Amino acid sequence: MEKDPPKILVFSTEKISDPALDLAGLMKLHYPPTVHAVVVPCSSSVRPSWIMHAFECGFAGVFIAADGSDCPYGETCIEKTAKIVERTHVMMREKGIPTENLKMAAVCSVCAELFVNQMRLFAGELADKTTNAT
Amino acid sequence: MIKEPNFTGKRIGVYICQCGSNISDYVDVEKVREEISRGKGVSLAKITMFACADSAQKEIVADIQNEPLDAIVVASCSPKLHLNTFRGVAERGGLNPYNYVQVNIREQDSWAHSDKPAQATLKAIHLIRAGIAKVSLSEPLTPMTIPAENSVAIVGAGVAGMRAAIELADLGVNVHLIEREHFVGGRVAQWGKMSMTNQTGEEIITELYHEVKKRESIRVYTGANIIASKGSIGNFNIQVKIQPRYVEPPCDPESFKKAIEACPVEVDDEFNFNLTKRKAIFFNYRSEFPAMPVVDMAACTRCEECLKYCHGIRLDQQYRIIEIHVGSIFLATGFNPYEPKKGEFGYQEHPNVITFQQLKRLLDLTKGEFRFRGKKIERVAFIYCVGSRQIDGENKYCARYCCTSAIHAAIQLRQELKVPFIYHINKGIRTYGKQEILYEQSSTSGDVYLQFVEDDPPVVEVLNNPIKVTVNDLLTAHMEVTVTTDLVVLITGMVPRVNTELISILKVPLGKDHFYNEIHPKLRPVETMIDGLVIAGCCQGPRNIAESASSALAAVSKVYSILNKGEIKLEPTLAIVNPAACEWCGKCLEACPFDAIERIETEKVPVARIIESNCKGCGMCTPVCPTEAIDIKGYTNPEVRSMIEAMSG
Ligand SMILES: Cc1cc2nc3c(=O)[nH]c(=O)nc-3n(C[C@H](O)[C@H](O)[C@H](O)COP(=O)(O)OP(=O)(O)OC[C@H]3O[C@@H](n4cnc5c(N)ncnc54)[C@H](O)[C@@H]3O)c2cc1C
Ligand code: SF4
Ligand code: SF4
Repeated sequence: MEKDPPKILVFSTEKISDPALDLAGLMKLHYPPTVHAVVVPCSSSVRPSWIMHAFECGFAGVFIAADGSDCPYGETCIEKTAKIVERTHVMMREKGIPTENLKMAAVCSVCAELFVNQMRLFAGELADKTTNAT
Repeated sequence: MIKEPNFTGKRIGVYICQCGSNISDYVDVEKVREEISRGKGVSLAKITMFACADSAQKEIVADIQNEPLDAIVVASCSPKLHLNTFRGVAERGGLNPYNYVQVNIREQDSWAHSDKPAQATLKAIHLIRAGIAKVSLSEPLTPMTIPAENSVAIVGAGVAGMRAAIELADLGVNVHLIEREHFVGGRVAQWGKMSMTNQTGEEIITELYHEVKKRESIRVYTGANIIASKGSIGNFNIQVKIQPRYVEPPCDPESFKKAIEACPVEVDDEFNFNLTKRKAIFFNYRSEFPAMPVVDMAACTRCEECLKYCHGIRLDQQYRIIEIHVGSIFLATGFNPYEPKKGEFGYQEHPNVITFQQLKRLLDLTKGEFRFRGKKIERVAFIYCVGSRQIDGENKYCARYCCTSAIHAAIQLRQELKVPFIYHINKGIRTYGKQEILYEQSSTSGDVYLQFVEDDPPVVEVLNNPIKVTVNDLLTAHMEVTVTTDLVVLITGMVPRVNTELISILKVPLGKDHFYNEIHPKLRPVETMIDGLVIAGCCQGPRNIAESASSALAAVSKVYSILNKGEIKLEPTLAIVNPAACEWCGKCLEACPFDAIERIETEKVPVARIIESNCKGCGMCTPVCPTEAIDIKGYTNPEVRSMIEAMSG
């Protein structure tokens, strides 16, 4: 039987990256169905504790589909989101979770293909790791 | 194993939409319904053919009332399409609209995973469970209602600002039109004859200004800058500093003319992009508005020569600060033409390498033969995309106006000024839409088009006279072509106007190109994240006049829809502080880009408090709080955590 791809939790943003996820569907671009998205107002509103909670709940990877320079709340978003990732990396190291299991990329409102490629790639990387580990 | 959301005692109704067969072709909706209906708190789970159809909406309303239900979940298309539809359904049934959650099982499930129906079904179950988890914890929220002042501050009296002022005044809104220059009109006043109508900038501005002056509800302030702003949508209090003109009536046009002639000071004339000089007392052209000259105090030596001819000159005039109260702010602050760097295609290395903005002024000032620096000009070479479409540079964007406007100027050079040799050295001409007619006209009347690519730009040799431009021409299979010319015109793009103070006072969001940023380029193209602050014209990005006017009219309808009801409802998904958990470290205040957090004392203990009228609900304050004391309503810590648990399956 085919093994399920690893589970990935995506934090997508209401105004910028979530429309790209919708567009991916509209274009019937396929990515692993084990990718689930939680919508947040802005990528700099994601709490490190949420990311850690996702790992505790069994998600193999977490992906922040960031607003990047398109953030409607201003340009400080990029720096703030990067800080969140940095802080979470520290927490992940403490728990022995590889930092590569948290990824972030700017996904604009029409970046459907970019999102889909990122998901395929990330799922592939996570799957390789599990295979190598077993 | 599928995890159950926590049971909070709410009676929840779940509606699973087939969307015709858009969802049910790939998701086994019956299986989903069965799984979901077993969940705690789920009072009913139904499948609908089209949840958005009238009959389905009525059924949901009836269920809410008959069951009765405390909350509903609709699993269907993207909330971007129907969130408000179903919030309305919840409200009609008597529920708080925020006790409703929409789950996207179409775009983010059935369509995205149409290749794996079994897994799409499982994902639908997870997503709906997350929706149930969220709605179980959702609090009823009430939008804040605040009164709205029926007036608007329009910043910038270019075409976009003036067009908007006229329309808003006709809709019954009081308009304060604030222009920082001493004359209205913006850039258009500088361009002489323009595409596509051949009207001159002066004619367009004169027409607009007369319309503005006909309307009593428009107040025009020139030499005016916003220096402070407090408040938010519906109620902005703005301070405007008005610089003196140092000239006031009465003084007739002839006396003004003599006063200007008498002024001994000459400075570079910025209106003509320093091609000519002007006096310290000046106007840019005779019919300019307001029809009164101005004294440039930075240049004036106070010799008082002008006073001998005109008694309206008041060199001791002082600035004024006025306060205005408006419900909305409309930014139409325009752009600057790109100024090439020294040496960019020979600019400032040879006096006959000029910018397009300079050419436009030359054309406007030329009567009869086309001469430059005393010599007749017979050969003109245009180099396109200077400062736009830069792959390595800052300005990645196309400036839109320039191909058409440059070709229009070329036609004018050939037809009116009889310039026989015109070369267009371009990166691919973009005369989109009806503007293509001009390209056709120019290319069939003898103009030569040569094309280069970004990484092989034309070389301008300025050491010898006349100037030589060599290009590897893409249109003739990269043949090296050298053009000898009397004048090189750099067709410059647009860059944002320098407006540091205004941007910082109003907290205007900027895009990566540094133009003002809209919320969404397609769906909300004139609104910004600052409620009540709209943008139009070239301050948002490069546009021609027609496009600037269209965006101004779009922003007019937005402003009117904000102000016309007399009151405004604000989204209640704002930050909230739990004072018991807050230890006042100030980190949230530091993180908030909108000054929406203040320190207060409750029983002598300092804690953070949200200034709701400033809060945008961005959530930037939440991850920095060390005690998790701050939350966004609708995205609270418990809500998101429980969604993650439900999705983890
Ligand atoms: C060389 C050139 C040629 C062109 N030719 C054509 C053409 O032939 N046809 C065509 O359709 N388009 C043409 N355009 C484009 C046209 O100029 C623009 O579409 C138009 O000017 C945009 O109008 P606007 O009101 O948005 O901005 P602007 O014309 O820039 O007006 C903005 C106004 O805001 C004021 N302002 C700025 N900051 C502040 C502040 N802080 N407070 C108060 N006031 C402020 C400015 O002083 C100005 O008056 C040309 C552009 C260039 C560069
Ligand atoms: S960050 Fe948290 S603890 Fe610190 S002041 Fe703000 S709400 Fe209080
Ligand atoms: S949600 Fe955004 S705007 Fe509101 S207080 Fe927090 S950081 Fe400021």
